[in-house]
Amino acid sequence: MVRNPDANRDQFRPDDHPTDAFLLTTVVGSYPKPKWLNRADELVDDADSKFDESNLEEAHDDACRLITHEHERAGLDTVVDGEMRRNEMVEFFADRIDGYEFNGPVKVWGHNYFDKPSVVEEVEYDEPWLVDEFEFTAGVAERPVKVPITGPYTLGFWAFNEAYPSTEELVYDLADLVNEEVEKLVEAGARYIQIDEPALATTPEDHAIVGEALERIAAGIPEEVRIGLHVCYGDYSRVYPEINDYPIDEFDLELSNGDYEQIPVFEEPELEPDLALGVVDAHTAEVESVEEIKRNIRQGLRVVPPEKLTISPDCGLKLLPREIAYGKTENMVTAAREIEAEIDAGEIDLDNPLADD
Amino acid sequence: MTERVAATPGLYPLPDRAKETLSDLKGHQKGDLLSGDESEAIVAEYDEVRATYVDHQLDAGLDLISEGQGRWDDMIAHPLTVHDGVETGGIVRYYDNNNFYRDPRVVDDLGFSGDVARELEKAEDLLADGAADASLAATLPGPYSLADLATDERYGDEAEFQAAVAEFLAGEVEAFPAHETLFLLEPSLVTNPPAEGEESTATDALATVADATDADVVVQTFYGALGEKLYAHLVDEAGADALGLDLVAGDRDDTVYNVQEFGSTDSLSLGLVDGQNTLVEEPETVAERVEWFESQIPVEGFDRTYLTPNAELFYLPTNKYREKLNALAAAAEVLD
Repeated sequence: MVRNPDANRDQFRPDDHPTDAFLLTTVVGSYPKPKWLNRADELVDDADSKFDESNLEEAHDDACRLITHEHERAGLDTVVDGEMRRNEMVEFFADRIDGYEFNGPVKVWGHNYFDKPSVVEEVEYDEPWLVDEFEFTAGVAERPVKVPITGPYTLGFWAFNEAYPSTEELVYDLADLVNEEVEKLVEAGARYIQIDEPALATTPEDHAIVGEALERIAAGIPEEVRIGLHVCYGDYSRVYPEINDYPIDEFDLELSNGDYEQIPVFEEPELEPDLALGVVDAHTAEVESVEEIKRNIRQGLRVVPPEKLTISPDCGLKLLPREIAYGKTENMVTAAREIEAEIDAGEIDLDNPLADD
Repeated sequence: MTERVAATPGLYPLPDRAKETLSDLKGHQKGDLLSGDESEAIVAEYDEVRATYVDHQLDAGLDLISEGQGRWDDMIAHPLTVHDGVETGGIVRYYDNNNFYRDPRVVDDLGFSGDVARELEKAEDLLADGAADASLAATLPGPYSLADLATDERYGDEAEFQAAVAEFLAGEVEAFPAHETLFLLEPSLVTNPPAEGEESTATDALATVADATDADVVVQTFYGALGEKLYAHLVDEAGADALGLDLVAGDRDDTVYNVQEFGSTDSLSLGLVDGQNTLVEEPETVAERVEWFESQIPVEGFDRTYLTPNAELFYLPTNKYREKLNALAAAAEVLD
């Protein structure tokens, strides 16, 4: 069943927050890498170069500090390091989990490839995956830090399964490893975890597998830790209302890309976890105006009250030019702050939030 | 006695070096994908890719050689996405995979293209130059799947559209150089089968294409078992010398039941190695699968059994795709 989002939401409200209403602003995670970081990633593989692993680590630290501060400058209530240390959402974790091997890139579409790993033996937990990353970011951030983790369903189904009788069994083993990692992150001070499961959108009939995996991930995690689930580019009517039974605090969705056609899906029955509403499109290179984003935020108010609404981009912003990603983030926060003030002033009819005031 | 033939319907992964060269030459965006009028540098790179594919297959010892379809950016939708009467729309999901292709929006009459024939002529030259003791296998999407993957903005009627796609494909086949076998790939017959009563529209379309060649025609289905009624229609009406059946994905008992209950084409093509998993099958395992399947069937023997992968091979990293070719060829040896 749903966790208790009321028990953990307030810790993300800044002490000097200017309004009574509070729309928690956040990001999904990934952010465009500065060009020099991509160069540095290549340089370390160049045998003729003097640039070594310790130089690369310094470059990653610098980039994480930069993007964390960029998120703070945009005004976000919770920040991420933009996943500067990560190459790809499956590869990064498969590299750290015993049992995976890499054989080379495979096609996704056109000339876009990914290094799809193979699971060749039982997966096991070795070194922590993200604790160092979290501790560094938390050390440089003024705001609370969110930690995105690729979920076990995606880690299982976006790999070749050579070792398990069924990929479902692989997913449950991976979920136990994710639980171990979340426990270590919580011990290190993390209070906001996001499980990314884009693969669920491609096979919504597997929602029960994702539910069982989440049960394992959330087992023993205290209620002051906020656990979100991010899903994107799917037909949500095929996983709703089942997700009301998931042990999560927040359901994070891409909705702006589809112009909120899917919002009515969540009208009946009532959404039980908080809604993290995608309000800017991650795949258009134009910055939405504050006015447009405010209209998008009102779409979210159709299905949850302000105290259950989180504001977020549709998806990770890493494919955008950096200045566009920043512009979207900054306008998103401005729009949220203006909507909060309008709610305080009674200018928005919360029973009919799309009505003109 | 049944002749065992190791073959693939192609659609191989690009060699890793060509992945880089071609993405540098072409780019990563939707608008950068192949339109059929590529530059000389791109043509030259694909010529090299094709020669590599032919070498890989000859090294493995396959009996039939595929062109490999390295140019098919949009997988089996390729013959339409490079067609003049087609505009490419958004990127859409390719069956139930984490793969995408450009939606071919058919906006004008589907006249002759010749794109695939030109590829096959080059493959034929490679085989002739190498004095290879193997024949050419041509590959096309089947008309049902190609129509299913496309968006019709011209013909307006589903049956008419399928017939038009079939006529187009038949015209392409007529321009092909000599080929021993023609694979028509028809995954949509499994994933999105024709409505009950509409089966003959699909089989008529297949027969139209099959009639355009003297070669053996294999209607290769994949992503699981065919529905029984559709299976029966395909055996009787599609003009195929062999139906291709997936023995890896889905329930293979359903496939055995179909063959036991409704008979089969004179030859059969069996999808035996998993085109979507890096686990490489032992040749003995593949051979056992062939013998097991043939033993389930109440006839003395077929003209031919094709030993094939159960799907295209582009899903795999290149090292594993080559091992799959080797496994198929070695399995045919084991059976001999």
